[in-house]
Amino acid sequence: MKNTITKSSAGKRGDNVRSDCYFEIDLTNSGGIKLEVKSKVASMYGDSIKNQLNEMCKFFGLKNANILLEDYGALPFVIAARFELAVKRMFPSIDKEFLLPFNKNNLAKTTKDRLRRSRLYLPGNEPKFFPNAGLHQPDGIILDLEDSVALSEKDAAQLLVRNALRSIDFYGAERMVRINQLPRGLEDLKFIVPHNVHVILIPKCESAHQVIDVENEVNRLKEENQIEHEIYFMPIIESALGIIKAYEIAAASKNNCALTIGLEDYTADLGTQRTLEGKESFFARSMIVNAAKAAGIQAIDTVFSDVGDMEGLKQSVIEAKSLGFEGKGCIHPRQVPVVHEGFAPTLEEIEKAMKIVLAFEEAEKKGIGVVSLGSKMIDAPVVKRAQKTIHLAVLNNLLNENWKQKQ
Amino acid sequence: MKLIKNNIGRLVPTEVNGQRQIPFQGVNKFKPTGNKATPKINSCIDYPEDGNKIVKNLREALKKAGLKDGMTISTHHHLRNGDTLTNILFDTIHAMGVKNIRWFPSASFPIHEHLIKYLEDGTIHHIEGSMNGPLGRFTTEGKMKGVGVLRSHGGRYQSVQDGEVHIDIAVIAAPTADPFGNANGVNGKSASGLIGFALADSEYADKVIVVTDNLVPFPCVPWQIQGNNVDYVVQVDSLGDASKIVSGTTEVTKSPDRLLIAEYVAQFIDEAGIMKNGFSFQAGSGGTNLAFVLYLKERMKAKGVKARFVRGGSTKYLVQLLEEGLTDYILDGQTFDLEGVRSMRENPNHVNTSPFTSYNFHGKGNFASIIDVAVLGATEVDINFNANVVSHSDGYLLHGIGGWQNCLYSKCTILAVPSFRDRIPVIIDEVTTLCGPGELIDVIITERGIAINPKRKDLIQAMKNSSLPIKSIKQIRDEIYSICGSAPAKPKVNKNKVVAVVKWVDGTVLDSVFQIMK
Repeated sequence: MKNTITKSSAGKRGDNVRSDCYFEIDLTNSGGIKLEVKSKVASMYGDSIKNQLNEMCKFFGLKNANILLEDYGALPFVIAARFELAVKRMFPSIDKEFLLPFNKNNLAKTTKDRLRRSRLYLPGNEPKFFPNAGLHQPDGIILDLEDSVALSEKDAAQLLVRNALRSIDFYGAERMVRINQLPRGLEDLKFIVPHNVHVILIPKCESAHQVIDVENEVNRLKEENQIEHEIYFMPIIESALGIIKAYEIAAASKNNCALTIGLEDYTADLGTQRTLEGKESFFARSMIVNAAKAAGIQAIDTVFSDVGDMEGLKQSVIEAKSLGFEGKGCIHPRQVPVVHEGFAPTLEEIEKAMKIVLAFEEAEKKGIGVVSLGSKMIDAPVVKRAQKTIHLAVLNNLLNENWKQKQ
Repeated sequence: MKLIKNNIGRLVPTEVNGQRQIPFQGVNKFKPTGNKATPKINSCIDYPEDGNKIVKNLREALKKAGLKDGMTISTHHHLRNGDTLTNILFDTIHAMGVKNIRWFPSASFPIHEHLIKYLEDGTIHHIEGSMNGPLGRFTTEGKMKGVGVLRSHGGRYQSVQDGEVHIDIAVIAAPTADPFGNANGVNGKSASGLIGFALADSEYADKVIVVTDNLVPFPCVPWQIQGNNVDYVVQVDSLGDASKIVSGTTEVTKSPDRLLIAEYVAQFIDEAGIMKNGFSFQAGSGGTNLAFVLYLKERMKAKGVKARFVRGGSTKYLVQLLEEGLTDYILDGQTFDLEGVRSMRENPNHVNTSPFTSYNFHGKGNFASIIDVAVLGATEVDINFNANVVSHSDGYLLHGIGGWQNCLYSKCTILAVPSFRDRIPVIIDEVTTLCGPGELIDVIITERGIAINPKRKDLIQAMKNSSLPIKSIKQIRDEIYSICGSAPAKPKVNKNKVVAVVKWVDGTVLDSVFQIMK
């Protein structure tokens, strides 16, 4: 291999680093691979780390180099991502990927209309947050390649997120990735599409074209990698123009599953401040709900950014629900249960829904077309809403799955 | 050094520092016979009639106490990481040219790294107590002259009472004292709450020196340490750094994973039927421990349940329970923050306890076993529910046992631990050092799942319909090994060199710590 760069580094180092590692590779002309491993888990995993690195050197055809590893308890998928990056920063032309085996718990697919009450954002270059995120049972986990990743580490996050999609158990949460703003975001897709990403969040959407561009590239990659299952999109609208084009964006692809909003950028675009009360974004949020419903997809609210204010979060969820939103973004795992509780139906709603569903089923059994409950007519959308309420009630442990048997 | 396999299959020495040892024989299997140690008879004729036992400085007091080579000197750890007195004590002993001291603290802290030079130059022969942080590293690398002995708080009282450790001179740091030697920890600028860990020392040591930075005229009340046991009183400017003795406030963890564990703990205690009127629980000071109290409190309030007593490590969170009427008493073993100190000073229902009342295994009962549920931590737990608290998986000593072993006797012992830290599995095949036999450990609560000891069929039954993630301990282990890549390799140790032993609460030897091979 001919190369002008002979030194490279990747990863993180320092006293505050946890569950991550740092590599330096120094190419030499002879002497083979020399590993220097400084690891806080050396006595437990020192041999395993050396084996992993030797295997990776062989894979990338690295024959003579001094390699320094400072390891702060990084898991194998992190070591692999950091080392691959150090190699590729030296040899940008290598397009071989070192892929770890797929975690068998990561094979499940998603559906367009699954529950998306909570989606938990994880900074894409912070591996320490990855392994336990799913334990907090958000409906979705977003590995973020966009705003939470420094410009100089975009390449690092791509590899780390790719490895995480394969290795990390999401414990049933929907697997989401927020790509970068287009056109850079199109480059992100090859790191996620082949690895069972469920939903791609498209930030700063201002036109249908952007969604279509993502869709085209995803379809190209799906074909290239022989992927059959659906991958869905959630455009994020974060500007005045985006709000005006909300319906066009929501309807741009049959694979859009939801529409959401980012209020920090939106309020900045308006030249106003984001307040707790949220008057300044009332119009935009209503537009999102309206556009989403018009296009037959879910409307999802923005994040609540004060992680210490659980009461404020609760109020904000109640408000979001009343506007017609079906979910909310979370930036801390402790927000997840509050969000779920907020979107859960009230006891009165459940009671009413049970009556409607039972009356409808009774009528069906008797072959009666028109159902009424008390003095009110029950038509299809009413039944559908009631069934959704029941579904939510069961998910929130407010109703037993076999509630009908107990009636 | 001759090693034999004890009842639980661990290799232990038959002799430690020249003293014959009894290997662990099983839980509740060993019962000693004979009499307790007896302190010498004293006569008040030998003490000043006016009750003034003040001597001019520590050196003078040590000289009068007859300090000489090879003696056992004890200290207590209520000053925690603010304890400069112990460092000054050994500076003084060193200056007096005395060697081969057995240091017998109730615990050590990082501040005692200062003593490493005295371990190196032979002033201190070995430590019996805890070997934390830098002292743990020094010991594990085989650099200490003698063999370290690790005991629980109750085990320390037991060893003194049973005559296994004879204290020649006890040096008791007292945040407040009078010239007669009465002392307490609730008043003064170095207030630590209580000083119960010094009780055995004051009762059984040949000579007792009280050192205070807040001398008050007789009587010093309350007298947690009684002047009638004290030989000399020394006044100093400062015992240590008050901000490190008790923290201004103790804060609940912000880690979402620890909070999840704490929430599981509270839910478990509630759903297992333990949380009912008149119940009792043990809570410590770790981040997860503080948090579970808050979640339990919410549940107690919602169900109108009140505890009879809470055993702690008191913090402002326990004080709030007491002041809001959610518990009748706090039985306090050590006070962790200023609110705890204040409450103990002002509230007669915030009770000062000692290792004798709470934990001493060779007494006519102790209240560790009366407690309904104890929530504790661990550095490692194995698939047989055995647990480790003194070393990490790299084989290095890092923590003391504290009251942990004693608390295992509660009616339901819960270890609340993360299933792994970074790439260090906590749930493993076999603990590096055994500190608590699995038969006393009932429930392991991790962020990945809750394992109930198969012996506890009652708890398994009670939790049958719970929404909590109940799993087998092997399931949790498998998941962790898969995340970390494999089972961790064991540390490489020199099996011919025991650097420390772990005592069980009855004084028998439970396990050994071996020299680490670098």
